[in-house]
Amino acid sequence: MSNQPAAVAEKKKGRMTGKQFASTYGSLVALIVLIVVFFALKHQYLSPSNIRNLLRIASINGLLAIGMTFVVLTGGIDLSVGAMMGCAGMYSAYFAQQTMGYHWFVAVLIGVAMGLIIGLFNGVCIAYLKVPAFVGTLGSMSIAQGLTFLITKAKPIPGLTDGFKNIGGGNIGPIPIPIIVMAVVLIICFILLYKMKYGRYVFAVGGNLNAAHVSGINTKRIICSVYVISGVLSALAGVITTARVTSGVTSTGDGYETDAIAMVVIGGTSLAGGKGRLWGTIVGILIIQCLATGLDMLGVSYYVQLIVKGFVVIGAVMLDGLTAD
Amino acid sequence: MTNVLSLVELKGIRKSFYGVEVLHGVDFKLEPGTVHALMGENGAGKSTLMKVIAGVHLNDGGQVFIDGNEVTIDSPSKAQELGVAMIHQELSPVLEMSVAENIFLGREPSRSGFVDYKQLYKQTQELLDELKIPLNPKAKMKSLRVADQQMVEIAKAISQNAHILIMDEPTSSITDREVESLFAMIRDMKARGVGMVYISHKMDEIFQIADEITVLRDGNLVNTWKVADVDYDTLIFNMVGRDLKEQFPKVTVPIGETVLKVENLTRQGQFEDISFELHKGEILGFVGLMGAGRTELMQCIFGMTRPESGTIELNGEKVEFKSPREAIDHGIAYVTEDRKGEGLVLPMSVAHNTTLAALSDFVSGGLLSAGKEAKVVAEQIKALNTKVHSPRMAVKSLSGGNQQKVVLAKWIITDPGVIIFDEPTRGIDVGAKAEIYKIMCNYVAQGNAVIMISSEMPEAMGMSDRIIVLSNHKYSGELKRDEFSQEAIAQMQFKYM
Repeated sequence: MSNQPAAVAEKKKGRMTGKQFASTYGSLVALIVLIVVFFALKHQYLSPSNIRNLLRIASINGLLAIGMTFVVLTGGIDLSVGAMMGCAGMYSAYFAQQTMGYHWFVAVLIGVAMGLIIGLFNGVCIAYLKVPAFVGTLGSMSIAQGLTFLITKAKPIPGLTDGFKNIGGGNIGPIPIPIIVMAVVLIICFILLYKMKYGRYVFAVGGNLNAAHVSGINTKRIICSVYVISGVLSALAGVITTARVTSGVTSTGDGYETDAIAMVVIGGTSLAGGKGRLWGTIVGILIIQCLATGLDMLGVSYYVQLIVKGFVVIGAVMLDGLTAD
Repeated sequence: MTNVLSLVELKGIRKSFYGVEVLHGVDFKLEPGTVHALMGENGAGKSTLMKVIAGVHLNDGGQVFIDGNEVTIDSPSKAQELGVAMIHQELSPVLEMSVAENIFLGREPSRSGFVDYKQLYKQTQELLDELKIPLNPKAKMKSLRVADQQMVEIAKAISQNAHILIMDEPTSSITDREVESLFAMIRDMKARGVGMVYISHKMDEIFQIADEITVLRDGNLVNTWKVADVDYDTLIFNMVGRDLKEQFPKVTVPIGETVLKVENLTRQGQFEDISFELHKGEILGFVGLMGAGRTELMQCIFGMTRPESGTIELNGEKVEFKSPREAIDHGIAYVTEDRKGEGLVLPMSVAHNTTLAALSDFVSGGLLSAGKEAKVVAEQIKALNTKVHSPRMAVKSLSGGNQQKVVLAKWIITDPGVIIFDEPTRGIDVGAKAEIYKIMCNYVAQGNAVIMISSEMPEAMGMSDRIIVLSNHKYSGELKRDEFSQEAIAQMQFKYM
């Protein structure tokens, strides 16, 4: 009640109401609070090396979450991102072994190609063959896991070339390469989503498929394409992770899909499609990662962290629901 | 206290949303056994006022009396307790369940914890018989027509002992014949002493069914009349606050050469062997009963479906569109019947909806030109007199008329030679209707052509140069403007039934 006059005053000046502010910037405020609290408890939290480390890990999750944002904006979901990540990582590791003698770039291309193929498979099933996204990507999750085991025989792939390992562990100047990759992807995706026809069509398809179709948009192609984007970005994340841990581990990517979905949702993108924002996903990525790193530094066990994360996801969506008009 | 006990009496009702007052102290009375029509342009506050009685909104000021007692209706269940039921414009039955299950949803007769289906169907049958509704209690809701679903909804309200019934545009999606049976039911309710509030834009219906008429404008009560004391022009004048000289501002334009030629177009079960020509400067009306195949025919011409046989020629050239995109690129636009379902992307802004079908025109060097987009959108908002706070506002918060103008703007900027309008003014208030008609006239005056599907006879006859009537998927006949008459059209509509 007491904030009613304030809200009216704001309205008169043409500014947003408290509710709108909470809905738009609530997650950003939460992120800042989180950082301040962890910094107060542990000053090393904001040391350059910790920030660098935090962002490096965040960039891997981030690639998945950005791809997922495109998918969720169309009203779909991609459960196969973790599996695609593992699959792409292993196939690139296989070709990055010193004994194989390929340039690192070839290994990366093969990894990304795996993501592209599985993503395209998802897209064709969902857009053209009318398989529900949940089922389609659940299926390809299993397919991708199987493909991974086929090449690794469930054993780690050791002896990767230095050139390949550099993708995960190397720096350009003071900045780790994964962060640079993430930044480049982010810029491209911002342009794609907000500065090009493509992005507008993604929002339109998610907002109202029929209206988009009647307006002359090739809706099937748009739907198919978001799964390809998700596949390629998942593959990139897989390649970087594999290069970072310096050997191909079959379990790479397991469970990453849930974190990716959580990040998108925390960022305020509606699972119903058509409504959301890419910068929100960035905030979502940072909230999840800042929380994990902070709790790690405080010595909170992984099990407790899982519980906290669960509440954060639910809380964020609840906040979104409560503040929606 | 009044000496005659009104069912509902509202005194000085005020309601604000986010600090903006939308009802400025409105008085309203509903007497037993009467139909009270509530009219006004969209945004006048009709629905908000009724939602105060239905317990959806709680009034900020004023008093609510039900059956003479002052009450606070703070929830829909409280309203139900007091005997108030609202039949919403868009019904939301549980489609997979039966008529009986829908009527008794949440209060099924039960025996030792299990639903007593025998009793359920028996009670439903009795209720339907009493109300003379010829429906099977076991029929699934999804197998029913909208009109019948509405009947079920009313039956449900009666079974809950509602004696105050609010109907929000009940005839907006049912056919003329169905309207007749709805009216029969309303008369029956009147005889039982039920009081009904009837929200509608349709004048002829109001004069047929209402006893009293209240007009709201901009959240204020304008006046309440007995139906015998008021006429059409007075109502219009009071609703829009200005004299609408002409409801249909038809301008006759010289008819030019053939733009579109359709020959023997067929999709079995939808439309069969349809041939017609459309000329420059012409508004060609398509009339028929619901389900006659008008919409399906237009969807085919627009490339949403493929014809099984027959041909379409556009400007003398044979065309076979495989998608709406191809139709749009050839200069055809389609303003669909279902504005929210197919016309607009509701979560998107006014600007983004406006440019959606012509987005390629705003791309330079691969990137969207925000400046060019803003300029064209602003031009369209001005040209069509669309009322928006900002082009960036969500299109879903606009009234029906303004939403329809956004859809029109979207098509106009694709620069089409032919626009197909499917029920162009459904759910739009009187003032905005006239504006849409003007836009249509201006558009054909520039040498373009319009096809207009309409189920509102005055609109079809008021705006068309020629009317083609479809009956049961077939071409039934054609009338020139000087041959138009309700009787002739009605006869043609039933020709193949």
